[in-house]
Amino acid sequence: MQADKWLQPRDNGLYCIAADYYIDPTSEVANALITHGHADHAMGGHHNVVATVPTIAIMQTRYGEEMAQTVQALDYGASIKLGDPDDPVSCTFYPAGHILGSAQILLSYRGTRVVISGDYKRQPDPTCSPFEAIDCDVFITEATFALPVFKHPPIEQECEKLLHSLALFPERCHLVGVYALGKCQRMILGLRSLGYHQPIYLHGAQRRLCDLYQDHGIDLGQLTDVADVSDKSELAGQIVLAPPSALSDRWSRSLPEVRKAMASGWMQIRARAHQRQVELPLVVSDHCDWQALLTTINEINPGEVWITHGREDALLHQLTTQGVKARALSLIGYDEDATD
Amino acid sequence: MDAFSQLLQQLYFTSSNNEKSRLLRYYLANTADPDRGWAIAALAGTLKFEFFKRNAVKNLMLERVDPDLFAMSYDYVGEMSETVAHLWPDTTSNIELPGLADLIDQFRQANREQVKALLVHYLSGMTAEQRWSLLKLGTRGLRVGLSARSVKRILAEYGQVPVSEIETLWHALSPPYRELFDWLEGRADKPDITGAVTFHPVMLSHPLPDNSAERLTVSDWQVEYKYDGIRVQLVVTEQGKALYSRTGDDISESFPDVLSGVDECGVIDGELLIIHDGEIDSFNALQQRLNRKKPAKKLITQKPAGMVVYDLLTDGNQDITALSLTERRQRLEYWLSRAEARHLQLSPLLPVSNNKQLQQAYTDAAADPGVEGLMLKRKDSSYQPGRPSGQWFKWKREAQHLDAVIMYAQRGHGKRSSFYSDFTFGVWHDNTLLPIGKAYSGFTDEELKKLDNWVRRNAVGRFGPVREVKKELVVEVAFDAIHPSSRHKSGVALRFPRFHRIRWDKPASEADTLTNAKALIIT
Repeated sequence: MQADKWLQPRDNGLYCIAADYYIDPTSEVANALITHGHADHAMGGHHNVVATVPTIAIMQTRYGEEMAQTVQALDYGASIKLGDPDDPVSCTFYPAGHILGSAQILLSYRGTRVVISGDYKRQPDPTCSPFEAIDCDVFITEATFALPVFKHPPIEQECEKLLHSLALFPERCHLVGVYALGKCQRMILGLRSLGYHQPIYLHGAQRRLCDLYQDHGIDLGQLTDVADVSDKSELAGQIVLAPPSALSDRWSRSLPEVRKAMASGWMQIRARAHQRQVELPLVVSDHCDWQALLTTINEINPGEVWITHGREDALLHQLTTQGVKARALSLIGYDEDATD
Repeated sequence: MDAFSQLLQQLYFTSSNNEKSRLLRYYLANTADPDRGWAIAALAGTLKFEFFKRNAVKNLMLERVDPDLFAMSYDYVGEMSETVAHLWPDTTSNIELPGLADLIDQFRQANREQVKALLVHYLSGMTAEQRWSLLKLGTRGLRVGLSARSVKRILAEYGQVPVSEIETLWHALSPPYRELFDWLEGRADKPDITGAVTFHPVMLSHPLPDNSAERLTVSDWQVEYKYDGIRVQLVVTEQGKALYSRTGDDISESFPDVLSGVDECGVIDGELLIIHDGEIDSFNALQQRLNRKKPAKKLITQKPAGMVVYDLLTDGNQDITALSLTERRQRLEYWLSRAEARHLQLSPLLPVSNNKQLQQAYTDAAADPGVEGLMLKRKDSSYQPGRPSGQWFKWKREAQHLDAVIMYAQRGHGKRSSFYSDFTFGVWHDNTLLPIGKAYSGFTDEELKKLDNWVRRNAVGRFGPVREVKKELVVEVAFDAIHPSSRHKSGVALRFPRFHRIRWDKPASEADTLTNAKALIIT
């Protein structure tokens, strides 16, 4: 059965009619499939949630143990049946390579296979399982960085930039804006892989999710809370990771001679860095850049591509030019800045 | 070139002015002539190329990328140099780059075709950051958060001389500024510029603070009209003559009628206007002459340009900027009587001797369509380049207001890149909205975010980079004046429209009509 007959964009997000499940709904619903734990995809308050074990743990860390009435964990590669038992929708999770626990969701109904990839990337990331290309009729992709200007450099290069700056300005505290979930832990591992084994200092908002990653077997090395440092002048020449909102906050005033950095895919656009008064932009993204999006779609070679949020115009144009059948879903509510 | 590229990157991402000054002074101290002089030229906007232009770059890019993707990328990034820097196909090997002066020389020597080849050669062998720096050179206006004035201030700090001395010399010198550095570094005397036909930096005014007119001691102030033209400077020396805009651009070719018949030496400050036998025409009339590089004879006859003169900086060969305004005014009157130029007329002094008369003069000026308000200048003020405080004030007519409906939105550039920040608004006429103007200022950063979000949620169509939006949001726009205009479908044009308030609460149907708008025209 044609996919658009049983899977449609609604005000609350993408809705599977045949299963009565929403995927990453943006307001409270009865049944939700969650691709990953970023706040704009994983809300609290749904009745019934299906997600990977780490995603459930992330949601419980954020929204409490009662983040949903019933919770069902699904491992990568395992399947469940949803909807009418006599006419079921089969649901399988596959790794998306975006953050810890991030999943692509394969929905299969009456012989049609649809992959909802959520947010995903193709660059190596030691904090999560790598993206798997799944054969399907419809591939649903994000388009956050879908413009040919976006080229994400390897994370090592950006971490080196940070270490270089640290050597150049040893008197300055390097305050790096990173999103607490995913980017933070990936940056830490990026720095560790370059042999940086000093303690890395955390803003309070980063702590719980770092602990959660460590609980899932990801060793982040020595982390110290800024709050536990009584003499803040000790932070000169050190790296402090904080949420982007804290960069210009009063909180940062206690730090010595702050050099503001930020790790985000948007940092490639100078004006974006400037808008946040960032002195050291680090281009680190947990999404695909333009080339990675095209390579992925080419590799999967689906019958059709549906585009969710981001720069859908450009991707739609490019795919149409290549003769790939594509449409934009115009889903709203996914905050393009919140998670990268 | 690489050192210069690194300097630009650092300047761009540094927000503190002191830090910027330190970076630039470090560069000047550690870079040899002529590279550093060309860097100064690039930063201060005095570097020009004949064939290395924005359009040449764009065309080369379009040979390498789908035009629609280019347009979408440019729309998103908001700046040509950066768009091209990212879009240009990467090659694996970076090339050895020449010094800045050498590179600039190559571009200046090259003809149109050779410039293209040079661009392809360098762009293909550079990193994205270097590409950005190279393209910035060619497109003028580096926009790294350092104004031409700041560059001069930093040069003054570098040489420990007063910035006014740099200002005075500046327009008589040219890149790579060897004689300037020789002087700043104590190896030579200050360059002698007597008699050179050169722009002198102008003195600017502040807006008169609200409710301060009644507290002025009127006898200390010279009161004149504020004209609705453009500020210009006429320079006549034994070596030649020229007309400059207030930013120092030579606009002599556009206004040969202003220069003709003036041979009396001096530097004259005044307002450029269309003047028919002593009668001043509207700004609209002047607009037909602006941006015409070489106007046709017919246009010159129909719209003859002239000047209302109000200050004298150099009398003959003598610099008189240190004299008081009252003394300069006497010199100006005498200069004008010697010049005998019919198209130059003196800005009359308004006979005001007390605060009540001052208020009345302001009220009269506000009702006069030919002027924008009053100028108040301290009689004892010397002529100081820049905007010294407490010396000159402009007292403009109160802004007028209309409730208009947002119709289209476009993304901004520079620091507003990616935000929808340029808005076209309209008023009602026969149950449809007619656009009457565009505004991109007057809102706070917080409001800009809300507006941007509103546009994204309420877009109904697109025309290239322009988004059409639902006709639902009312803004109270403020503007200096409204004039009849045949160039706009609505038949009116606004002077300096900006947002006054966003009326999230007001239904679009209650916005103003074209009839309301036309009623505000002062005749």
